Amino acid sequence: MTPEIFIQILASGLLMGLIYALIAVGLSLIFGLMDVVNFAHGEFMMLAMYATFGAVLLIAIDPLFLAPLVVAALFVVGATAYLGVVQYAMRAKANLGMVQIFATFGLAVVIRGVAQLLFTPDYRNLPPNLLGGKTVSLGGIYLPLPQLAGGLVSVAAFTGLWLLITKTDFGKALEATREDAGAVALVGIDKNRVFTLGWGLGAALVGLAGAMLAINYYIYPDVGAPFALIAYVVVALGGFGSVFGALAAGILVGLVEAVSAVILPSSLKAVGIYALYLAVVFVRPRGLFGSL
Amino acid sequence: MLLEVRDLTTAYQGLVAIQDISLEVGEGEIVAVAGANGAGKSTLLKTIAGAESSRAGTITFAGERIEGRAGHLITRAGIAYVPENRRLFPRLSVRDNLRLGSYMFRGQADRDEPLGRVFKLFPRLQERLPQRAETLSGGEQQMLAISRALMTRPRLLMLDEPSQGIAPKLVDEIFDAVVAIREAGTTVLIVEQRLSEVLAIADRGYVLQTGRVVITGTAKEILDHTDVRKAYLGV
Repeated sequence: MTPEIFIQILASGLLMGLIYALIAVGLSLIFGLMDVVNFAHGEFMMLAMYATFGAVLLIAIDPLFLAPLVVAALFVVGATAYLGVVQYAMRAKANLGMVQIFATFGLAVVIRGVAQLLFTPDYRNLPPNLLGGKTVSLGGIYLPLPQLAGGLVSVAAFTGLWLLITKTDFGKALEATREDAGAVALVGIDKNRVFTLGWGLGAALVGLAGAMLAINYYIYPDVGAPFALIAYVVVALGGFGSVFGALAAGILVGLVEAVSAVILPSSLKAVGIYALYLAVVFVRPRGLFGSL
Repeated sequence: MLLEVRDLTTAYQGLVAIQDISLEVGEGEIVAVAGANGAGKSTLLKTIAGAESSRAGTITFAGERIEGRAGHLITRAGIAYVPENRRLFPRLSVRDNLRLGSYMFRGQADRDEPLGRVFKLFPRLQERLPQRAETLSGGEQQMLAISRALMTRPRLLMLDEPSQGIAPKLVDEIFDAVVAIREAGTTVLIVEQRLSEVLAIADRGYVLQTGRVVITGTAKEILDHTDVRKAYLGV
């Protein structure tokens, strides 16, 4: 393997890893906030991809510029999922954990079913656009433009999220709710409002990832599942609830995947990620950055 | 009356914890609620604070009925509550815990004004600003919990057993602070097991027993009451 090829592999792994991180961070955020695993997270991403597809057909401007619109729409989807389903699941008097799992799992099944019905199971992709199918050469390393844009958008999103959490009052309210949701009423904060906004934010983040992925990926009703599976690995690896653990773990998963794609037979391509995951949870069950 | 509780009944996990409790707190008073463990003192405060829902009765604060309102709305109405276990945000800094206290205010002046008051009351908190709340001693955590409550600029401060789990020297400091808080214009409703100490700073008091008010009067009347002397002071 020449050094150029090695760098090429690392660069593609890094870019894919940034997207994985962006997919996973919303999941981690919601888990950290209220100990609920959102099993419909992949379906949120699928909705974002279809939203991008629909908006491109409808408005006919480049998908890149439609991303803010898709993000806003997914914010509404996330907030609605909390207000319409999760909020009620959390009132369960017994088996709270199970009720939450089945509530979000049920939500996933419903969203997927409705997508099958409305959009048909056909694979779709976006019409030709600014980035789709193009590559750029940086010092001999070829990077597909959609992935490069996706990676940069992910970095920007994490920067924004970091500023939101550390510099704003709402960020402090989020942190306080993570620490003790039952105590925020003592300072006049409505925890339901924080939960609603948290779900909106979590869905908006995976929505951004979906909007970027839609540029060069097939869009179909089950598209969320493989990505959600990776997102669960990323969240468990990074530490449940840890936002920046998700970033580090996402990148790690992207790199491991890229390397194993080269050194392992293609049928075993995904094994690398799960081997890494098993190794980490055996040594450190709370994940790399978890503080549970 | 700033706070008027009428015939309040609350059940906790199916059991009646307080029954037909009536209680009044006038503007500028320190009112103590005493009683043995399980007498319903904490449930009373929780119900007023909206953390527990009542089965019957009314709670009127500053002329408005507040029973059944969500906890955060009661805080916003002007009642700050410091629960027994303090409920600080343990991994956030002292500074962030205090800043969260004034979360509901938009103007910077509104948010900074109570901070000076808090530092005057508990100067040692100022030295601890960057520390995580969980690293404070029990007494300092209590000071922070009271301070966070004061940051909401309450008209009524409700304290649940502020002396619990605290070094004796700091207990005096906390009780002195309660007096200073009242002098600065905030009304105080305080639940305590340390009867003689709390009655030394209170204007009036209520003694609860198995969920009901059994004795009420001025601090002196309660201290002189034969039953109280027998049951609590051992004389």
